Amino acid sequence: MSQMTAMKRKSLQTLAETLSKQVQHFSKTEVEGLIGLYHELLGESAAQGRGVTGLDRSRFRTLLYNMFGMTDDMIMDGVFRTFDKDNDSFVNEKEWIEGLCIFLRGTLDEKIKYCFNVYDLNSDNYISREEMFQMLKDSLIRQPSEEDPDEGVKELVEMTLKKMDYDHDGRLSFDDFKKAVKEENLLLEAFGTCLPDATNIEKFEQQVFQKQVKP
Amino acid sequence: MGVSLTKAAQWTSSGTGKLELTPMNESLLKEVLRSVEQLVSRHPQEAEHVFEEPLHWSTTLVASDFKTDYDISEFNVQSHEKDSEGQPLLRLSPPTVYVRSFSQLSKLVHLAADKKLEEARTCLEENRDAVVKILGPRFADILEREDTQTDPVDEDTAKDSEVKVKLFRLLQNMDRQLLSKLLEEISEQVRLDPAAANNDVESLKQFCSGGDERVLKSVRYTSDYEFSNGCRAPPWRQVHGEICYLIIEPCDTEDLHITCSTAGVYLNAGIKQEGAESGYERTSDTYTDLLTLLKSRSPYFAEHINKQMPKKDMTSKPQKSQQLPSTQKTQQRKSVQMEEQGQPQRSQPGGKKYEPSPRWSNQGLVSPCGKVEENNPGQKKKQATGAKSKMKAEFSLSSLPGRMTPQKSKTPAGAMTGELSSDSSTESEDEELSDRRLQIKTEQSPDYWQIYKLLKFLKRGDQTATVLCLCALLDLNLMQEGCQLDIWDIGGIEVLLNLLDSDEVKCQIGSLKVLRKISHNMLICQTILDMDGLQSIVKILDRPYKDLKALAAETIANVARFRKARTTVRRCGGIRKLVKLLDCVPNLANMSPNQEKDVEVAHCGVLALWSCSKCNRNKEAIRVAGGIPLLGRLLKSPDVNMLIPVVGTLQECASEECYRIAIKTEGMIKDLVKNLSSDNNELQMHCASAIFKCAEDKQTSDLVRKYNGLEPLVSLLGKANDKKLLAAATGAIWKCSICKKNVAKFQEHKALESLISLLTDQPIDVLVNVVGAMGEFAKVAANRGIIRKCKGIKPLINLLTETNQALLVNVTKTVGACAIDRDNMTVISQLDGVRFVWSLLKNSSTDVQASAAWALCPCIENAKDAGEIVRSLVGGLELIVNLLKSTNNEVLASICAAISKIAKNKENLAVLTDHDVVPLLAKLTNTTDDRLCLHLAEAIGHCCMWDGNKASFGEAGVVAPLVDYLKSHDSTVHYHTTMALYQLSKDPNNCITMNEKGVVKPLILIMGSDDEKLQDAAAGCVRNIRLQALAGKITAPKKFSVGTAKSCGKRL
Repeated sequence: MSQMTAMKRKSLQTLAETLSKQVQHFSKTEVEGLIGLYHELLGESAAQGRGVTGLDRSRFRTLLYNMFGMTDDMIMDGVFRTFDKDNDSFVNEKEWIEGLCIFLRGTLDEKIKYCFNVYDLNSDNYISREEMFQMLKDSLIRQPSEEDPDEGVKELVEMTLKKMDYDHDGRLSFDDFKKAVKEENLLLEAFGTCLPDATNIEKFEQQVFQKQVKP
Repeated sequence: MGVSLTKAAQWTSSGTGKLELTPMNESLLKEVLRSVEQLVSRHPQEAEHVFEEPLHWSTTLVASDFKTDYDISEFNVQSHEKDSEGQPLLRLSPPTVYVRSFSQLSKLVHLAADKKLEEARTCLEENRDAVVKILGPRFADILEREDTQTDPVDEDTAKDSEVKVKLFRLLQNMDRQLLSKLLEEISEQVRLDPAAANNDVESLKQFCSGGDERVLKSVRYTSDYEFSNGCRAPPWRQVHGEICYLIIEPCDTEDLHITCSTAGVYLNAGIKQEGAESGYERTSDTYTDLLTLLKSRSPYFAEHINKQMPKKDMTSKPQKSQQLPSTQKTQQRKSVQMEEQGQPQRSQPGGKKYEPSPRWSNQGLVSPCGKVEENNPGQKKKQATGAKSKMKAEFSLSSLPGRMTPQKSKTPAGAMTGELSSDSSTESEDEELSDRRLQIKTEQSPDYWQIYKLLKFLKRGDQTATVLCLCALLDLNLMQEGCQLDIWDIGGIEVLLNLLDSDEVKCQIGSLKVLRKISHNMLICQTILDMDGLQSIVKILDRPYKDLKALAAETIANVARFRKARTTVRRCGGIRKLVKLLDCVPNLANMSPNQEKDVEVAHCGVLALWSCSKCNRNKEAIRVAGGIPLLGRLLKSPDVNMLIPVVGTLQECASEECYRIAIKTEGMIKDLVKNLSSDNNELQMHCASAIFKCAEDKQTSDLVRKYNGLEPLVSLLGKANDKKLLAAATGAIWKCSICKKNVAKFQEHKALESLISLLTDQPIDVLVNVVGAMGEFAKVAANRGIIRKCKGIKPLINLLTETNQALLVNVTKTVGACAIDRDNMTVISQLDGVRFVWSLLKNSSTDVQASAAWALCPCIENAKDAGEIVRSLVGGLELIVNLLKSTNNEVLASICAAISKIAKNKENLAVLTDHDVVPLLAKLTNTTDDRLCLHLAEAIGHCCMWDGNKASFGEAGVVAPLVDYLKSHDSTVHYHTTMALYQLSKDPNNCITMNEKGVVKPLILIMGSDDEKLQDAAAGCVRNIRLQALAGKITAPKKFSVGTAKSCGKRL
């Protein structure tokens, strides 16, 4: 058993070393800590069988909810989709580290790319009117007096499109999005919170990195 | 109906229960009638309901007025309609009529035809409890309670018929409609306020003058006492809206007793004395203003006023300008504002001119003077916009449907009307602000609906929607006034401030980004303050996000442009928090992004402190919070944008002693001097200004020289286009040149020549400093010649006719310094300079008086024919002697000095003596002020040269106090006192007094002086006393020992 763990630890270390070289913002020990958390999250299922290849959607969403206070299903799915680069419905160790790298410490450019991917629900490289509507549909408190309860949201979408759609093709390309965010940083999370705020980041990093430093 | 009748209708106060004959009551009655008719036609079932009790009143209708459907027997009438018990629903037994249902009521109204108003009036008068009668007491209770929330009807349904409930509801509706109708009516009425009433009265008073042409004999208030709110009516009448009472004496009819109330003006029964309530009763119709009332009451007035009005208009504002049509209000508003800021003196010079209020022109006066008005806007824009827009402001929020008015009490319009009356005594900037607040916007910008929509979303959106809306809002041109006012108008400020109190960082950032821009508008600043927004913004300074802190500080910088806001920032601990923001290292070679952010935050922090530092207690707070060393560190920043607010704050604070010391000791002078050579004018200006304020201190001005700051200061004189910079630079040169070494250094760079070239065509503050500096330069002999050679004397003398007192003080000082040079004096005499200086003795400022008198001394001393010049000034000597009655010691000293110079000329001394100079000087001798003693003694000494004066001085009791002057520690006082005593001792009686006062001993000590003149005078004085002793007039004092006497004798 101890051999097993020793082996495991060794492989973990090599993995951490390779990964920390691939990502910019984490040190090796930090990567180790994150991988530790990863395995902790996988928990029993990892111990049980071979078939598991990573974090599945529901576990990942639980994490987002618990750690970062995200509640919007659509956005959480988007975050998962963005993490899961190879589209196999699981987040593996590499995706986990790369994703968190941007999630926690990304530069503005990285975050723009990340957010765009989250908002691009059907991954067609455009955020369409319909997608915006989907994401914003609950953002206004309905007023009973309104005839069409969605009218406000529609207006909001049109307004946003008018503001961000620089090439006037009725949808947001990545370039549109990037340009708009560069101009006004507040638009980074224009269609829903998909990044943690500073206090959550601090809490998370403290929890993960400090725990791992001890042994 | 219940509420509107009890609350809204105007019942006569005498308690007879009559409805007053006011237009408002009339419309109320009409409304009641209309509603009754409507009720019958729309709700026939309810209209059939039989009243619990009949409504009865004495009618003017007679049996013959009734037609079919009625049983008519002689005078009595009964309706065919009967209730379940067979009682007729309408019964007339003259003169009383009983009605028991609405349908009958409406029929009756129909029958009454043109008398229906009358009927309705008496009906309501005699049935004050109409509702009780209709529905029975229980229902009426509910109705009166106004409590529509609870639905008490439910329990009653079991007992009462459904019809009754419906009827009850209908009545309630009717009540509401009536009230809203009345409200509309009220808001349309022209409302008078105390200021307007007062204004009208004052203009009426103008009509009382003018001999035969006058249109009124007199206009006066019944009471001279004016309450703080501007009303003159006693408080218990003010609650009825009454403002003041007037007694107007027209030329043709008897006196008119008039009440001015908020609803209009009307005749009263004649208020004889307070307490007689009947006097307040209204006895005429209500008029919208005094003019209409007078015109209807006095035909003579009506006839003549039309001729007078245009004339008065012409005299009160002879200026010509185009009257703008009212649709162009927005532009007009701007132009008015500029005019007011630009030339504030023009609107309130000397005697107040009262202009007729704009309402007058609407009262039929337009036709006769319409022509005039076209090219002469009589009542100028200021008033027009003032009064009209104020009315607008009062109603805009309530009368415009569809606009959100969150928290009525907090809306700016509410705050505005409240403050208009109370907030008039504050600083000029505040006044400007309230002026500004009057100019309420009347037009919407093209973005109005967009803003409206966005704000609506902001109110009901979640975080994401909020951020999107804020971004969209930021896309608008928020620096544009129209946009700013729209946001204000729709209630956006409150929404934005509420966002600040949320915990969402992005919302806070977005909101602050908007606020930072719109807070360039003073109106919005005021609103933010009124809504306690500054507290929220200051609180944000504690948040850990740098972006947020920077934005908050920047917004504070904008809002804290007026005193109240600055105080608020301090009160909620903002200064301390802002000072904390300054903690950064600004001059690192390579900054990490994080450090850059810190510097940016510090920059915003300084901007905010700069705004706040314009108030003394904030300066103190900044110091206490440890701001000075932090500012000192930021002063080392290489960035001009950072330096400007830093130096700006420092120079603002340098008005305080502790800051000046800190600037000196913390080594900031070096950095200030360094930045004098910056290429940014504003920065240079603030640096020079800081040096200006600090350099009065000797060490500081030495430091400026040490760091080579004098040369850049001189080179700044070349920037003649930037007047602010020029003022600061010349100020710094002035204060630095107090030190002689600096003057020498300045002259290496030909500073004086540059200064002289600035003597013409400069603003006052530049001139003050230039002349001040020249005064210091002229203390050095060589420079006096330069001033003459550079033709500086002529412009100097020209400046003597200015009115600015600070300038006059400096000019006289400089002229005085120049006059020490005899050649200069020749020029000054040629230019009649002495006369100009002399006439400044008449100036109201004691500083100018003193400074002018000092300047006269060298002038008189050095002028060739000084005696002649002085005599040629008619009344000049009298003027100067009279100034001895001044209470200001500096003035007295200077005048004494001048008198001693004048008295050197015998003839002038004779004139001075004629003007009683002796007793006036004698009166001053009790002073303890060394400076005054000195010059007083000098003056007395010189005045003794006129023979009779020696004895007169003695009689006036001058000798004893003069002897006491010898106890002073000031040797120059001794000198002049001894001189004076010597002169006085030539009169034997004075010798006796001197001897008694024990003058000899101190004189003997003075004899030991090195100054021969002084020795001579002292010895001479002692000799005179001795001679008197020898003559046996006095007994030699014991202490007057033989030895010392001999030593005196030897010298003699």
